[in-house]
Amino acid sequence: MTIGVVMLVHTAFDRAEQVIRHWVSGGCPVVVHVDKNVSTTVYDSFVTAVADLPEVQFSKRHRCEWGTWGLVAATQSASEKLLANFPDVRHVYLASGSCMPLRPIAELKRYLDERPRTDFIESATTADVPWTVGGLDEERFTLRFPFSWKKNRYLFDRYVEFQRRIRFRRRIPAGLVPHMGSQWWCLTRQTLSAILQDPDRPMFDRYFKKVWIPDESYFQTLSRLYSQKIESRSLTLSKFDFQGKPHIFYDDHLQLLRRSDCFVARKIWPRANMLYDTFLGPNSSAGTMAEPNPGKIDRIFARAVERRLRGRQGLYMQSRFPNEFWDSRFTSAPYSVFEGFTELFEDFEPWLARATGARVHGHIYAKEAVEFEGRQTTFTGALSSSPVLRDYHPQMFLRNLVWNTRGERQCFQFGPGDNQAVSWDLAKDPNAQISVISGAWAIPLFQSNRNFADLRTEAADLQKIESDHLEALRSIYAKSRVRIWTMAEFIESPMELLQTVIDEIGIRDARRLTEAPRLVELKGFGQFLQNLKNQGMHPYLMGDFPVESAPDNRRQSPRKPYLVR
Amino acid sequence: MGLAADLWQAYRLRLQRRRLLYRALRKRRQLRAVSVRTNAIKPAHILAAMTVRDEAVRLPHFLDHYRALGVDHFLIVDNGSTDGSAEFLAKQPDVSLWSTDASYKAARFGVDWLTWLQIRFAHGHWCLTLDADEILIYPYHDTRPLPALTAWLDAQGHRAFPAMMLDMYPKGPIDAEPYEQGADPFRILEWFDSGNYVIQIQDPKRNLWIQGGPRARCFFADNPRLAPTLNKTPLVKWNRRFVYVNSTHSLLPRGLNETYDFGSGEGPSGVLLHTKFLNTVVERSRIEKDRQEHFARSQDYAGYYDQVAAAPTLWCADSSRLVGWRQLESMGLMSRGGWL
Repeated sequence: MTIGVVMLVHTAFDRAEQVIRHWVSGGCPVVVHVDKNVSTTVYDSFVTAVADLPEVQFSKRHRCEWGTWGLVAATQSASEKLLANFPDVRHVYLASGSCMPLRPIAELKRYLDERPRTDFIESATTADVPWTVGGLDEERFTLRFPFSWKKNRYLFDRYVEFQRRIRFRRRIPAGLVPHMGSQWWCLTRQTLSAILQDPDRPMFDRYFKKVWIPDESYFQTLSRLYSQKIESRSLTLSKFDFQGKPHIFYDDHLQLLRRSDCFVARKIWPRANMLYDTFLGPNSSAGTMAEPNPGKIDRIFARAVERRLRGRQGLYMQSRFPNEFWDSRFTSAPYSVFEGFTELFEDFEPWLARATGARVHGHIYAKEAVEFEGRQTTFTGALSSSPVLRDYHPQMFLRNLVWNTRGERQCFQFGPGDNQAVSWDLAKDPNAQISVISGAWAIPLFQSNRNFADLRTEAADLQKIESDHLEALRSIYAKSRVRIWTMAEFIESPMELLQTVIDEIGIRDARRLTEAPRLVELKGFGQFLQNLKNQGMHPYLMGDFPVESAPDNRRQSPRKPYLVR
Repeated sequence: MGLAADLWQAYRLRLQRRRLLYRALRKRRQLRAVSVRTNAIKPAHILAAMTVRDEAVRLPHFLDHYRALGVDHFLIVDNGSTDGSAEFLAKQPDVSLWSTDASYKAARFGVDWLTWLQIRFAHGHWCLTLDADEILIYPYHDTRPLPALTAWLDAQGHRAFPAMMLDMYPKGPIDAEPYEQGADPFRILEWFDSGNYVIQIQDPKRNLWIQGGPRARCFFADNPRLAPTLNKTPLVKWNRRFVYVNSTHSLLPRGLNETYDFGSGEGPSGVLLHTKFLNTVVERSRIEKDRQEHFARSQDYAGYYDQVAAAPTLWCADSSRLVGWRQLESMGLMSRGGWL
């Protein structure tokens, strides 16, 4: 008892010959079908090339185009010839010229000998399979497909639409339940001959000739009628990408293919010399009788599809430029924006770095310079601290900063004195955690030694800018996590609020804050605001500050830690 | 944009494409055949086209690299070399060489000449359009030669493959280490900028516009708009009706420029390692500044040439050292885009 191979070939004949010789040397007769589109000269030279092998025969040639009946007709002719001329054959293995046995043929034989009545054919009803690409699943069996999908896509689509509109439905022959699956199968003589010699075969053939991609459904459906035992899986490892095109295996897939423990794989790149030498070479024995397990390598294929379809979030590069409707995430990872904190606390940046372990920058959008952590002139990824380069494309600057430091939390300061170009982008970015102490911009003015008229003008400008920014943060388009306090609110209970913000960053060990950053001296700040008011400029973003009593900011005993949840 | 405006735009681009093709047709007279071996080109061959001028020092490594990748034939125009480039190329069995002394700038930086050669010889071939200082790498380039890539691109229905230019530089001043002809330039040029690039989409051709890298950081920090363009589409399944518009940065018809995924996925892309900053660039900059043949508005770039001629150090503490394509892919500078 042996295995017979039906091999469909249309290209890479030297490799096909190599694989044929491998099958034959393993004791398997091969019936080859060569696509009729192949020129006679090529065909003849191929026939001559394997003429020394009596176990190799050629079947009647059909024209094979993807998704059409020709492939089924080719398989039928070759199978009939194989069954008729090689009575020893018990299992028939359908393979293509670009299939390659990964394990010694003897192992495959032993495997099938242990399962003499089992048909290995992936066969599932249309309702159960998620893998159809292009949206036609059940309709493959109920519509007609006279036009080629490859050559006449337009007519193909229009004709499908037309049939849907007039509610055309073909009658599925009685007794058939449409099944689909991989076209690469291994059937027993009993099952295969029952299919081929069925008295109703002309009727079935007539029906399947108008089904779309019949090579994925003809044998899959009919074997259900006769098989004593179907194992609904293919012994051939064959993977498809998101467009339904087969993945091709190259030299660098050697370990991957080994790991799968599959008997046969397709498609192999014809020039993958190392694969051919390794698997078809003399000492290719794996020696184990492991069960084929393509599931082991599925994750890798899933990742490739994921990369193609979903990509890496927040990455902008030569072959990825998501528009904002598809990918609302502006950046690749969460980051924190602090507004008004460096103004209110004397040593906020080093304190924040100690409390969170994150990378803490200054005002990276400051007009005069990019204040990177430690005021470096370049930062990770060779980002420059030049404000001109940054302002050439402020959005890309932020994306780059967050992308370059994947895995590290970035915190930076922002305020109305900075370039506001990213104001809306920050508001709309779900990765942004924005904490605002509104009105804190007034503190540096309060501390400065400048003429009051200038201060008044600048205060008015800053208040306008910050109020625009807050409007963005509060708009219905905002997707960032925003917390806004007025300055008066914040200094009521700074530790508790700081704890909230730090907890939300959620870095490593959520330590309780024991050390507080130092509040700046605010004595006289109320009076300063009153002076602004007296000059006709109404500062309102900082909340209410009484004119006389400045808050006591010198309390040294730490408050009780604020508990969240 | 409304439909009418869109159609009008498409029509204008069509006119532009035809004008550029006609221009290439006229410029063919400037080319003089030196050693033409185009009979050797077989249907599935992969071609490479370029214009050279005094690149003798780079050519041996360049040819080795692309031969190893599986380029079958090179179409090269020699633009008045005096350093033996032409003699060297004429001896190569897989190079067809033409020569001209006409203006590089007036031939749209050599593109007109190459367009003519591509019309004649590259129709239906996958064709690389390169400069002598551009070394293409792509995902799996070390195990899968170009025919594997192009067959996969064909199967995916892609007509063009993009690659960003990555300026490579040494750790010290750029003239510190002399480059030996034929050696691996990336033993000297080990460093690059990994994450300071600016990307925009340019209408009406919808190509990306990428700028940044060490040249923007060091030479154009006061006027980043002028910083060199880094996006390229070097590998195209050529059709005689195609034309490069602006070096290899953009093409017509414009559909060829949409090599990026504008949903959220990643298309396939490679990287062109730029070997410009070998020690020879210092001497070269002095010459090029006077020739004014390299930029449309050359006077804007006089300062740039002066700076390069002063042999600056491009390296900074945040430069990255080149390890291989997997590193570049994880940094997001190229992508396998579903190629497994």
